[in-house]
Amino acid sequence: MGTDTDHKKFQELEAMIDGLALAGKDTEGRRAVLIQVLHKAQELFGYLPEEVQKFVAGKLALHLSEVYGVVSFYHLFKTKRSGKYCIEFCMGTACYVRGATKLIEQAEQALGVKLGETTPDGRFTLGQLRCVGACSLAPVIQIAGKTFGRVTAEQLPGILAEFK
Amino acid sequence: MSRLATRYDLTALARKLAAGPGAGAPPVQVFVGMSTCGLASGAGAVYEAMAKALAARKLANVTLVKAGCVGLCYAEPTVEVQVAGQPIVTLGNVTPERGEELVAELAAGGKIAGAISEGDAIFKKQVRIALRHCGRLDPEKVEDYLRDGGYQTLAKALFDQKPEELIQTMKDSGLRGRGGAGFPTGLKWEAARKAANTPKYIVCNADEGDPGAFMDRSVLEGDPHCVLEAMALAGYAIGARFGYIYCRAEYPLAVKRLEIAIGQARQLGLLGANILGSGFDFDIEVKLGAGAFVCGEETSLIHSIEGKRGEPTVKPPFPAESGLWGKSTTVNNVETLACVVPILEKGAAWFRGIGTPKCPGTKVFALAGDVKNVGLAEVPMGITIHEVLEEIGGGSRDGKPIKAVQTGGPSGGCIPASKFDTPIEYETLASLGSIMGSGGLIVMGADTSMVKIAHFYLQFTCDESCGKCTPCRVGNKRLLEILDRLLKGEGKPEDLEKLQELGNVIKDTALCGLGQTSPNPVLSTLHWFRGEYEECLKKGPKAVTYRIVAEKCVGCRACAKVCPVSCIDGKLKKPHVIRQEECIHCGACFSACKFDAIVRE
Repeated sequence: MGTDTDHKKFQELEAMIDGLALAGKDTEGRRAVLIQVLHKAQELFGYLPEEVQKFVAGKLALHLSEVYGVVSFYHLFKTKRSGKYCIEFCMGTACYVRGATKLIEQAEQALGVKLGETTPDGRFTLGQLRCVGACSLAPVIQIAGKTFGRVTAEQLPGILAEFK
Repeated sequence: MSRLATRYDLTALARKLAAGPGAGAPPVQVFVGMSTCGLASGAGAVYEAMAKALAARKLANVTLVKAGCVGLCYAEPTVEVQVAGQPIVTLGNVTPERGEELVAELAAGGKIAGAISEGDAIFKKQVRIALRHCGRLDPEKVEDYLRDGGYQTLAKALFDQKPEELIQTMKDSGLRGRGGAGFPTGLKWEAARKAANTPKYIVCNADEGDPGAFMDRSVLEGDPHCVLEAMALAGYAIGARFGYIYCRAEYPLAVKRLEIAIGQARQLGLLGANILGSGFDFDIEVKLGAGAFVCGEETSLIHSIEGKRGEPTVKPPFPAESGLWGKSTTVNNVETLACVVPILEKGAAWFRGIGTPKCPGTKVFALAGDVKNVGLAEVPMGITIHEVLEEIGGGSRDGKPIKAVQTGGPSGGCIPASKFDTPIEYETLASLGSIMGSGGLIVMGADTSMVKIAHFYLQFTCDESCGKCTPCRVGNKRLLEILDRLLKGEGKPEDLEKLQELGNVIKDTALCGLGQTSPNPVLSTLHWFRGEYEECLKKGPKAVTYRIVAEKCVGCRACAKVCPVSCIDGKLKKPHVIRQEECIHCGACFSACKFDAIVRE
């Protein structure tokens, strides 16, 4: 934190919050945009470190404990820095029945990290997703917003190689 | 497009659109299914190839439509061809090359090869109400929706009907909440209408969290305007001027299409102040979830919209009395809302003519798992599980008999094959220990371990329990521990009774609907497949061993490749051997072998 790029990100986040026209709104009104603001912050920073949570709390005039309470409740909000690419395995029932756990084990072996961890070079983070509703394509992997369906053990190394 | 100031402007626009620009040659519409599954399977490239080929051939009478999903997920990408006056022809697994050929076939006016026709079983048993437009119009073009009579029902209601009339029609129709609990929609609206706690809100629950259910995503991606129109109608009926759509963040395409649709409706004056000059104001905002399963429960969902942790609260008070910011709030599920416009348009009697007396209408099921035709099917209530699985689903993938189906996701249960002749209704499924739920139907093949399935769902529930009430937070954890030790072969004799007792206690004492239904996967498998639990107790999974029969093994290495612990040795084309001391008894090799060379003992 504290670099020029971070400074720009904070500025962008501030502009987004200012665009919500919160002046004159009561606590309920400011709280109602919290999740939306946190989504934006995570999009900008990649995760939600303490500084960002403090900044959001300050801008929305909410207590930091409340912001942290929301961040820690929802699975999609992350407080640890992720790798450049998140490899996310769908863990819906259809994907589970069609072998998602084996793919995860394979990826863990190939990258040398466990689920939820980031590779030392900062390239990949292994994660899991709730059902993305693309059950016909099970098992499904999402990397950088791209969906890969009917993934087999043979295909996995090739898919990972696409992301440098 | 400019704002429609009166209902006559709307009618005039619809007429103009229906007349169409390319009148003359028989118009042909080609629908490319471009929902999440279609796009991930390459529908984008198919569309591009066909657009190019059409332009090259200058086929002016053919319109290419970026449509939603028809529900034949197993055959994605799909393309449908509608020649005016003829039945629709559906093509599956279309490649860009096949797309180009198809254009050539259309140019020649010949027959289209290799198609699934509307008369095939997969379509014949279906009655499409909620999915009526999915795959048959471009969800990003409001013109397509308007051409098909879109927003006319709203106009009629605003000018010709009283709110009470709409509520009466909904009550008479017998429509029940399609999110799973099956509460009559008309009664919900009536309670909200009577509530004095203003301003009132209408909320669309699009937090489709059940793993294996994707009908709401399909409606939102394929026909977003039908949800907006229904919300405006509900708003008019109950007296709400504002609505929220709470959509899970895992559905980015659905959110994008909703935002586009809301923008179009506002531009046309179909949302916003003084809709069509009627004096009725109504607007909608999309709110994103952030990955919490419990937010599908309505009180949790309301807290999440308020920007809080999505924890449930005790009912009563029901949201109709005290919901968003303490005001009267009506929460309806996407599929429920998708049925509203057809009901108000065609009448309660028409809707009652479909389905059963207790459960009129249809239900969309998402067929997934070990079944041939994975996809969405909208069927009349009262159809048997067997009909859905065999006639629409095409039976199991490997042709072996299906062992069970799981309905209702983590809140539901497993139904054994012996009960497949049960007609599908809320009450019948409940009597089998499962629930209708949102309509996920996961097919379990002969080799599926029911104890492991129960374990999978329970792990899900433990991860997703919000932690507010003890029965769910601690009780489910204890259930999971018991299943853990059963699967490790360390079960104790009293464990089965304990599962049963604890499961029932959680059912009776948990705070919200999710907690109360969370033991269902365990209780139902324990009831119908007790033998498998007893087997775990008796032997433990280690007692099951896998052995390769050397005479049958051709040395194809299929088993060695799938073995997660690499404990299968053998050279190519030579018989293989399992190193028993390292085997974890997972059965992967058994499933992978195509030559029946592996025996389970």
